[in-house]
Amino acid sequence: MAHRRINPDAIAELERIVGRDQVLASGEELRMYEYDGSVETGRPDCVVFPSDKGQVAGIARWSNRHGVPMVGRGAGTGLSGGALAREGGVQVVFSRMNRILSVDYENQRAVVEPGVVNMDLSRAVAHAGLHYAPDPSSQKACTIGGNVSENAGGPHTLRYGVTTNHILALEVVLPDGEMVRIGGDAVDPTGCDLVGLFVGSEGTLGLVVEITAKLTRLPESIKTMLAVFNTPDDATETVAAFTARGVTPAACEMMDGWTIRVVESWIHAGLPADAGALLLLEVDGTREEAEEQAARVIDICNANHAREVRTAKDERERETLWKARKNAFGAAGRVAPDCYVQDGVIPRTRLPEALRRIAEIGRRHGFEVGNIFHAGDGNLHPMLCFDGRQPGETERAIATADEIITLCIEMGGSITGEHGVGMEKDRLMPLLFSEADLELMKRVRNAINPLGLLNPGKIFPVGKGCGEIHTPAAVGGDKRTA
Amino acid sequence: MATETTQTRAPETDEAGQVDRPDYRDFARCVHCGLCLNHCPTYKLWGREADSPRGRIRQMFLVDRGEMPIDATFVTHIDRCLDCRACETACPSGVEYGKLVELARGRIEQEYQRPAATRLAREVFYRRLLPFPGRMAALGRLLRFYQRSGLERLAAELGLLKLLGLAARAELMPPIDSKFFSTSETQTFPVRGERRARVAFFAGCIARVTFTALSEATIRVLQANGCEVVVPGGQWCCGALEVHAGYRDVAREMARRNLDLFLREDFDAIITNAAGCGSTLKEYALLFGPGTPEHERAETFDSRVKDVTEFLDELGLVAPMRPLALRVTYQDSCHLLHGQKVREAPRRLIAAVPGVELAEMAFSDQCCGSAGVYNVTQTETSMELLRKKMDCARATDARVIVTANPGCLLQLRAGAKMAATRQDVMHVVELLDRAMGDPG
Repeated sequence: MAHRRINPDAIAELERIVGRDQVLASGEELRMYEYDGSVETGRPDCVVFPSDKGQVAGIARWSNRHGVPMVGRGAGTGLSGGALAREGGVQVVFSRMNRILSVDYENQRAVVEPGVVNMDLSRAVAHAGLHYAPDPSSQKACTIGGNVSENAGGPHTLRYGVTTNHILALEVVLPDGEMVRIGGDAVDPTGCDLVGLFVGSEGTLGLVVEITAKLTRLPESIKTMLAVFNTPDDATETVAAFTARGVTPAACEMMDGWTIRVVESWIHAGLPADAGALLLLEVDGTREEAEEQAARVIDICNANHAREVRTAKDERERETLWKARKNAFGAAGRVAPDCYVQDGVIPRTRLPEALRRIAEIGRRHGFEVGNIFHAGDGNLHPMLCFDGRQPGETERAIATADEIITLCIEMGGSITGEHGVGMEKDRLMPLLFSEADLELMKRVRNAINPLGLLNPGKIFPVGKGCGEIHTPAAVGGDKRTA
Repeated sequence: MATETTQTRAPETDEAGQVDRPDYRDFARCVHCGLCLNHCPTYKLWGREADSPRGRIRQMFLVDRGEMPIDATFVTHIDRCLDCRACETACPSGVEYGKLVELARGRIEQEYQRPAATRLAREVFYRRLLPFPGRMAALGRLLRFYQRSGLERLAAELGLLKLLGLAARAELMPPIDSKFFSTSETQTFPVRGERRARVAFFAGCIARVTFTALSEATIRVLQANGCEVVVPGGQWCCGALEVHAGYRDVAREMARRNLDLFLREDFDAIITNAAGCGSTLKEYALLFGPGTPEHERAETFDSRVKDVTEFLDELGLVAPMRPLALRVTYQDSCHLLHGQKVREAPRRLIAAVPGVELAEMAFSDQCCGSAGVYNVTQTETSMELLRKKMDCARATDARVIVTANPGCLLQLRAGAKMAATRQDVMHVVELLDRAMGDPG
């Protein structure tokens, strides 16, 4: 990928827009933005840190004048390379635009800048008994702007919905620098649902500069349970039984035996190391509702051979259980130099079969595949641990992951549940969508982003022909250029 | 899983054959998930990846691989790190960030030419001053003269310090004690009541000239709770500041001396009241390559080192305490919480004092900006962090801010003064000492 160098005059223009010390253009500094939470890389040609939306609009106009691509970035915790400058250009980093602009407690909404950290918003409104419901595992670091771009999910998606269900309005800088306000205060927006279009567009339609988010009342009562099973099959059968019996927990997370042992070695929370699988279950509502639901959940677990169901005694215990869940991907770093977390969806009723077949695929390629995922909505996150320094191992990991994703499609699922397509799965899109489907998406993108200056090289396959393997790299892990 | 390949270089060693390079696996633990970012004080201030733990690891890795030079840019980002290790607490992968950054600083010290004046100041401070108790005492006497003779007041009245841009630093200068805490001869302080343990007290270097009262309070509280306290004569600075600054050879020399001295007897514990020292004392083994004779001894030593709060909490308080009607808040000392993973012990001790109400402070797990000599070397950043800290402290309505490290005490006292919060600042053991009654 030929990186165009941006000429010094153009850099000076950028400095006039955002301030001299808010532009990085030296090689070393740029390398700090070539990675994110994924295994991908993409190095920008310069990085800017705008402090307000006017500056963002200025950057977009600059980008048009000079024909330089631009890519937004929040905290860089994404798992599909969505915020990486795949084709170079200017990286627009929103870390300085991190103000909570206003909170309307009565109407339960907040207006925030894109760089606000997900958890910081919940923390700021907790005193009023409110929170921002979408809770991706990276919520203590990831930004709401990034969540909007990727339409982030999280464990509580099962009951509360994904990001798009919590966004009322957006202010967006379009690729030509024009600023528009879409959506409104009403839950059902008047006119065309442009918010629905922009949320999850992976930064290809506009740079989001202001977000009006819905705040959700914290439930009166929460019950968190840990069900221990001897085999993954028992756990997945339990999840299928929830669906069959019409029970929808607020969260239903599964962890297999391998993952339990990895996580326990870090958290020391007393997770049973000999178990075949765990379900982390949560129900909430009024005190009565929560208790009644908890009883039903426990019944179903027991009927499906749960070895034991523990209930968190207090907030502390609950936090520990969630910490175990939300840090699992990071904890894999203890096991191997590199870890590839996949994201695929299958119909939840077919979980038992899916897990068996994933294990088979892993075995065939010589990998042990760890599974920790949102079982309630069939959103799988197989983890492949490998050592990228070994010749061919990265390619083998990618091939394994591709096979797993192909399996998801075969089983009637999808190639991503919440991490996005980004530059990780663009080549897999044709497996899921027909030429006509993709063409329609492209027409929408081209209508709003006609010059392709915004986040190029994402979502749609860019490779010429099949068999192209792009080569990911890791921070601590090896740089794997082919 | 991670097997060695031909790409992995043999670790480089220092003059004494010690390993001073991280292993590939130390870096590889980082899966660049970014969960550390929002816990890093400098990332939170500036929002720059290069000043985040993940970005610093990336830079150290690239330097280690020879893909990035040890230049002014790299040194600036590494210097700006507080080494508070909050990222270690946040990290699910178990990256030992403190170890990485300390090794990187060691390399910077060996391979990078700082500006002449800085180099001189650092050499004098780390090589010629800190390691020598006699010289520290002499400096202490000099500063005491400055503070007591009226010179300090004069300087303040003339606005001299402001003129020199030293006003904030002057606020941080500790009041020098009239009587220094002596460690030239071994002293033994008898147990009061039934004997439950025989412990050694590690007195520190700077603390000897400016925290005599704290050292004495620590010994009294230990005595009152059944400990015979030995202060071995001839003990040296722990080497923490040197490790943080990259003077690993000096630190190693001090570690060797302390190992000799403190391992002469099998003490039940080696006690420190300074979280910063404790963190390094507990990690002496990292200074010596595995397989060296010192390494094994250091491991024995490390296992005996206890922070005073940790030790008292395990031992259990038995001395009677009178009630203190006080609302207090606790500021975690980074090297106790993040370095030594001790969170509950100080809180339990505080809560054990009758009448004391502990009001938790928002972000008590974030650095106050003291960070060893950070407040002197990176004053502006340090003061910015301190201002935020004092806002949180004020919001608790606490009368006293309690903490667990002398450096934090100085910083928070300066903060309370500058922000006029009218809060007292004391060490956990000073609170216990007060409750345990008459010090005379």
